[in-house]
Amino acid sequence: MKTQIKRIAIEGNEAAALAFKQVNPDVVAAYPITPSTEVVQKFSEYVANGEVDTEFVPVESEHSAMSACIGAAAAGARVMTATASQGLALMWEMLYIASALRLPIVMSVSNRALSAPINIHGDHSDAMGARDSGWIQIFSENVQEIYDNIFQAVKIAEHPDVRLPVMVGYDGFITSHSEEMIEILEDDVVRNFIGKYKPKYTLLDVDNPIAVGPLALTDSYFEFKVAQAYALENSLPIIKQVGKEYGDLTGRYYDVIERYRTEGAEYIIVAMSSTVGTAREVVDTLREKGLPVGLLKIRVFRPFPTEDIINALKDAKVIGILDRSMVPGSFGGPLYHEITSAFYHYEKRPIAQAYVYGLGGRDITTQHIEKVFEELIDIGKKGKPNPLTYIGVRE
Amino acid sequence: MAINLREIALKEEKLVSGHRLCAGCGASIIVRMVLNAIDEPVVVANATGCLEVATTIFPFNAWNVPWIHSAFENAAATIAGVEAAYKALKRKGEIDREIRFISFAGDGGTYDIGLQALSGAIERGHRAVFICYNNEAYMNTGIQRSGATPRGAFTTTSPAGKAIPGKPQKRKNLTEMMVANGAKYVAQASPSHWRDLMEKVKKAVNTDGPAFLNIYSTCPRGWRTPDNSAISIARLAVETGVWPLYEVENGKYKINYKPPKGFKPVEEFLKVQGRFAHLLKPENAHILEEFKKDIEEEWKRLLSMEEATNK
Ligand SMILES: Cc1ncc(C[n+]2csc(CCOP(=O)(O)OP(=O)(O)O)c2C)c(N)n1
Ligand code: SF4
Repeated sequence: MKTQIKRIAIEGNEAAALAFKQVNPDVVAAYPITPSTEVVQKFSEYVANGEVDTEFVPVESEHSAMSACIGAAAAGARVMTATASQGLALMWEMLYIASALRLPIVMSVSNRALSAPINIHGDHSDAMGARDSGWIQIFSENVQEIYDNIFQAVKIAEHPDVRLPVMVGYDGFITSHSEEMIEILEDDVVRNFIGKYKPKYTLLDVDNPIAVGPLALTDSYFEFKVAQAYALENSLPIIKQVGKEYGDLTGRYYDVIERYRTEGAEYIIVAMSSTVGTAREVVDTLREKGLPVGLLKIRVFRPFPTEDIINALKDAKVIGILDRSMVPGSFGGPLYHEITSAFYHYEKRPIAQAYVYGLGGRDITTQHIEKVFEELIDIGKKGKPNPLTYIGVRE
Repeated sequence: MAINLREIALKEEKLVSGHRLCAGCGASIIVRMVLNAIDEPVVVANATGCLEVATTIFPFNAWNVPWIHSAFENAAATIAGVEAAYKALKRKGEIDREIRFISFAGDGGTYDIGLQALSGAIERGHRAVFICYNNEAYMNTGIQRSGATPRGAFTTTSPAGKAIPGKPQKRKNLTEMMVANGAKYVAQASPSHWRDLMEKVKKAVNTDGPAFLNIYSTCPRGWRTPDNSAISIARLAVETGVWPLYEVENGKYKINYKPPKGFKPVEEFLKVQGRFAHLLKPENAHILEEFKKDIEEEWKRLLSMEEATNK
């Protein structure tokens, strides 16, 4: 059933806040940080005007924001928050606790660089700092996807076989502050899609007391962590299933990756978030010129959709992996590491070239991406990759 | 508010045996007194520390009430989240029970690393009782100094060395900070004065807003005291003026214990504890003097606050 379509023009952060409003969570505990501030600001307007029944907790730090979210989620509430950059970094300790306690918290992250030097613009360093924290990580290409991903995140997080926190990323300023036309859903459609949340255990069930977060020593800690890892791995098919259900509802289908003109492509760029939009343009232009180029978008970074990615890339000659964060002292970014190690056991694999770009919000243009494709073609002729390359940096 | 010992004796224990706190630890005595004083169902948040690690070693659990531990510095923020969920679910008609919320943290998790979260939770007005079981050092990591450690005390990060004999600074006055922070009910209590303690707990849980209790908690390991001395040493702290019992209700001070014949000499409290042994040596007489001055000043200030706020 496809529902009636309503279109509005809205900024990325406001779209996130609107999605929060339509979810109408029980508790939002949050602390402001650029470029995510408007999510909280807008949401507190909804609270002040009585448009949601949410208990809004304007905490004194991000560490407490995540701590309060943990307390609220353990008490059986549907819980959401938003942050970015230093805020996400300050939550680091609590991110691990939220996921290990299997609490379905949903958080929007307006991805931003980390200090020092302090910089408020978009890159993925914050999300990559949190990549091992056991959260599901979904990245949004544009404003529509922010809106769509948040509903899916709620459904994925609360799925009885998942019960894990989810962060929905989007590029700071580039997407958070850009106004786009999006299609929105009616409140009751959202409500039907996400359903009513039924927690498995809650602290407020005082007649059946539970202990959340006990001490686990050497004889049990490892098993807890492995169970958690399995839960994260096993969420992949559920993420796909939710993406399909959402597509049946809206016509906008979501998978964990998106192949763009990869069939028959010999040179493929792999990217995440807003850069995918830019690269799409370039692929179209070059395809018109008859060049066998393609693009692979990674929408879900955790759990890493290894098999899907291998299938999408294995027939290419050269792939260029674009990381919007760096791993100082290493030979590539996080996405490059994941993909190249995934290919280790495959005989047939493309040559992989590592790129780091766009740190601190540095622009990535269609010209940059054209140049990447030129290099990939060159590398194909040479038969071996260049060292890690920084795009658009003055050295 | 009257405490009926017979009724309490018949109540089901909420912190049961089988935990692994040291013999004679003040924390377990305090938790039992606190939970037994409350009639309503409670949810407890616990900061990392001795109480937490010793009571929930998986798969064992000594708590007979819903309990959550998430980290060291955030028991107040965690319970704030639980309370927020309760409010939201109550408003939505999903729950109709009356439930009370308590956080327990040591002095480290309250005076130092946990202060920010505690201060924020109190400022926002969450209806919860924030309890510090105050053993005057970080015990779980092996007796390091905290902001609550008294002047001159030995800890493993303020050892009694030749050049610096024990902690150079006096203890932070957290109780007063909580008054200034706007907690609706604030009190200092000691397990030696159990009726006073339990009455304070009752007042705290019935306060419609944030309440803070600072409870003196002896530690045989860290204080170098015998296992059977918890209550007698806690009593000495009160009787020598080291730990004044008082409460502040809506800004009004009330001192709950005024010795009819004056305080006992501070030395009586110090001499029974290994952590102060060096203070009684002649070469450290000047520190002992300062220790006494700290106590006198605090007592004078309390008396004047009581007078000023009860006019
Ligand atoms: C962020 C962080 N820093 C340090 C620690 C190590 N740590 C665990 S318990 C503790 C001391 C607890 O002291 P206190 O709060 O006074 O409670 P007690 O152990 O004395 O009961 C410390 C330092 C930690 N768990 N987390
Ligand atoms: S070290 Fe001290 S505070 Fe910790 S359990 Fe032992 S007696 Fe109690």
